[in-house]
Order: sequence, then C-alpha cells, then structure tokens
Amino acid sequence: MPEADATQTSQCFQLKGANVSLTALELHFFEEDAFEETLRDKIRQAPGFFRDIPLVVSLEKYEGPTAELDFFKLIGICRRHNIHVVAVRGGDDDQRRLARNAALALLPATAQREPRAPEPAEPAVEEAAPTTPDPAPTAAGPAPAAARLVTQPVRSGQQVYAPEGDLIILAPVQAGAEVLAAGNIHVYGPLRGRALAGVHGLSEARVFCQSLEAELVSIAGHYKISEDLQEHGWKQAVQLQLKDDLLVVTPLDK
Amino acid sequence: MAKIIVVTSGKGGVGKTTTSASISTGLARRGFKTVVIDFDVGLRNLDLIMNCERRVVYDFVNVIQGEASLNQALIKDKRVETLYILPASQTREKEALTQEGVEKVLNELAETFDYIVCDSPAGIEHGAQMALYYADEAIVVTNPEVSSVRDSDRILGILQSKSRRSEMGLDPVKEHLLLTRYNPDRVDRGEMLSVGDVEEILAIPLLGVIPESQIVLNASNQGLPVILEDDSDAGQAYEDAVGRLLGEEREHRFLTAAKKGFFSRMFKG
Repeated sequence: MPEADATQTSQCFQLKGANVSLTALELHFFEEDAFEETLRDKIRQAPGFFRDIPLVVSLEKYEGPTAELDFFKLIGICRRHNIHVVAVRGGDDDQRRLARNAALALLPATAQREPRAPEPAEPAVEEAAPTTPDPAPTAAGPAPAAARLVTQPVRSGQQVYAPEGDLIILAPVQAGAEVLAAGNIHVYGPLRGRALAGVHGLSEARVFCQSLEAELVSIAGHYKISEDLQEHGWKQAVQLQLKDDLLVVTPLDK
Repeated sequence: MAKIIVVTSGKGGVGKTTTSASISTGLARRGFKTVVIDFDVGLRNLDLIMNCERRVVYDFVNVIQGEASLNQALIKDKRVETLYILPASQTREKEALTQEGVEKVLNELAETFDYIVCDSPAGIEHGAQMALYYADEAIVVTNPEVSSVRDSDRILGILQSKSRRSEMGLDPVKEHLLLTRYNPDRVDRGEMLSVGDVEEILAIPLLGVIPESQIVLNASNQGLPVILEDDSDAGQAYEDAVGRLLGEEREHRFLTAAKKGFFSRMFKG
C-alpha cells in the first residue's frame, strides 16, 4: 500500500490467488434423516470446529442412485447446522448438473495420489532401457513434492500451508495458529495450535512434534481436539498417525 | 535517521500508554530528542499521563488533514527538555489515520527527532495497524496471564506480516518483550505466569519486567511518567528497560518475591 498509485485505487477490486483448507464431506449415499442424524452427531463432537465452515461435498465415493441426490435438501440440512455447502467435487455429468442447478461450484475430482508406493518396479524397468531418451513427462513420474520450511514461530492468527508436500517448522506453532500440509507436518518445537496433515486425503500422512499441546490435530480429515489429546503423550515428543481411521499418538522416544 | 518504536500489545489495559510515557521520557532524559505519538484516536490517554491535557490545541489528526502544522500540534514537555508529545484527537474516528497521512507526519518528524515512540491503541484493527506499520522496533507489552500472552502472540504475527518492513522485504521489525504488572508473590502461588513461561511461549528477547506497584497507578493519576519516580522499583525497572533498548547489558531485577513486613503486605496484596 505504500505507493497507492492512481490505477490501483481506481480499480474496484483485485483478484488474488488464495489457498484455503476446506472440509470435504465424502458422501456415500443420501438419505435425508440418516444424513442429518450423522451430521448432528459429528457436530456434537466438536461444535466450535463446524460453526460456519465452508463444506465441499465429495461425490467420488457416492454409490447411491443419482436420482436420490437432492442437493437442495442437503444444503438445507447443512444450513440448519450453520454449515455452508460451497461446492461439489467429482461426480458424473448428471450429478454435476444437479449440483450446478443448486448453485454449487464444481471442483474437479482429486488426482489419485496412491501410485508411488505400490510400483517401485516401473522406474527400474525404464532405467534398464536407457537407449530411448524419453522426453520427461511420463518417465520422470511425479517429482517429489517440495517441502515447505518455516523457521519463524507461527503466531496466533497465522496460517501456514504446504499445498503439495511436507511442512517442516523449526519453531513453535502457537495457540491460535494453523498449519496445514498435503503431506506430513514436522514441528521442531511445541505444537500449540492446529495441525492438519494430509489435507488432500493422504491417510499415510503423519504429524510429528516435540511437545504435543495442540488445539486440534487432523490427518486426512480424521481429527482429535485438545480434550481428547490430553490422555496420551501430552506435552511430550510424539508422532500422530492414522491406524484403521483412528488417530493414534505414539511417544517418539519409545 | 530517527528510529520508530511502536508500543503495542493487542490486549487493552496492560500498560501500553504507561510504557510509552516512561520509555519516551527515559530516552529524552538521556538527551535524545524524542517525540511520543498517541495513536489512540477517540480514546486519548497519553496527554493525561504526560500531564499536558490542558495544553492540547491541535492534534495528530489535525496535522494529517492539514488543518494545523506539526509545530502547532507538538506539545513540549515541561519536565524533560528534549521530549515532545503529539496528542490524539478525541473527537475523530480511527479511520482518520490514513497510511499516507501517517507516513507524511512520521517523515517530517524523522527530520529532527532521534526517537519516535508510537503509543498503539488496543486491538488489531486499523488504528493498531497504523501505529505499527512504520515501526523499526516494537515493544510488546504483556501481562503475565494467558489471554494477554495470546494477544501479544497475535500482534507479533501482524508485525511479521503487515508492517512496512515485512511488506518491503527489509530486516524484520526488532521485537522486545516487556512484562508489566509482574507480581512475584502471585507467581510463587501459581496464580500468574512466570517470566520464564512467557518468554518460552512468545520466544522473543526480554526487554524488562515491571513489577506490579501502587506507585504506577499513583504516578499515572498525577500525570507523571513512572520512570521519573527514581526511588521506586517500577521506575528503576523502566530505567533498566530504556538502557537495554539502547543496547546496554543490565541484569533483570525485581523478579523474586521480597520478604515483606506487615505494612508492605497490607498495601501491596
């Protein structure tokens, strides 16, 4: 703002890129009462977390008939619980048309992130045939996602996001701060704020910290709030990971 | 080149104005030409603590809006030769502080002053952001209690992201922690966070610890910067803080509970 020149001030607005973390609701089937029941149950577990959050409805695992997919009802139920449905992700053309009619934004289905682990054989085969100078795109495979390194404390009200890889923080994450990563989160200091690893759904992601004092830890959408974290490893060096969809805390020195 | 120091906290009532008055007086007393600016438009207090409220004619907002010159608005302190006060307006809104206006005034002050101390309003909104935007150094005033520490943490985040130095990619604003209303007795009883606790949470260098004291309140009520109470522990603690601000090594005092007689017990509590 220091040099607010004429062109800048005369413009009504400016478009900027933004990264926000959203909660996705993975819909398996839609049945009004069951939906509301489940939603109410989730909210009861963490009322503060759900208040006025934006929500993306993911249709990637939807198995019910398209005809039952009543977005107006779904939005209505969410609205009653102060949750704002903003978009759908994935789904087939018919489903997306329904979503569009309900004034929802359309997001592309998430890219499949599994391939790396199961097929170590593939790159080896390619190495064995070095004579074909294959111009990169397929041969190189997914380049390792860059980790984001933060050396300053993450203060209350600040948000740090690593949209592709790991997030490494060499300082405290303060209460009221939020750190998010597509991959793992390492905090070489106390973790006092919120940490959300595997925000795109990578359930192998883990959270490591030197002292667990977090307000909330989430891995691929499975989360625990401070109250539930105090039982194990509180104020100790720990790692958190998902085991059978359950967030498990293990001390690091054992 | 003048150095701009913001006294800020996020939370209200922790001692920003008291600190601004004492730090600026301490700097001026050492011969530095110092001006202290009240950014708390609408809730001005600094002139009361500096005992010059009856001499306010023009204020900061008048200068920004070109209704008065800087020389007309600056009030010369009666006790310390090289100290000036730029009072806030009581009748305007904080939005009257425009970024360009503030910059213009600061640039003009920087031509003649050594130190510009900005007394920030509470909160993290416009007024507070204006006060800290041009800062070279920040004194973060914190009380030893959880909510104050949390708010200080928030303001430190804003210093790192919304100050001129951060936006221009210059060296970051130099941060100092000043712990006020410190009561070692209550720390011992576990009713207050200790210096160590606060330092550990906020992770910035400690500028000083000002003990909780009736003298601070009395001085404020009399319109006297407490640093001028040379015999008091709070006054000496502020004097130490000024020394450290100027790069001197000084041991921290008043951190442990003194053994007290019956009367001092009655009056401190």
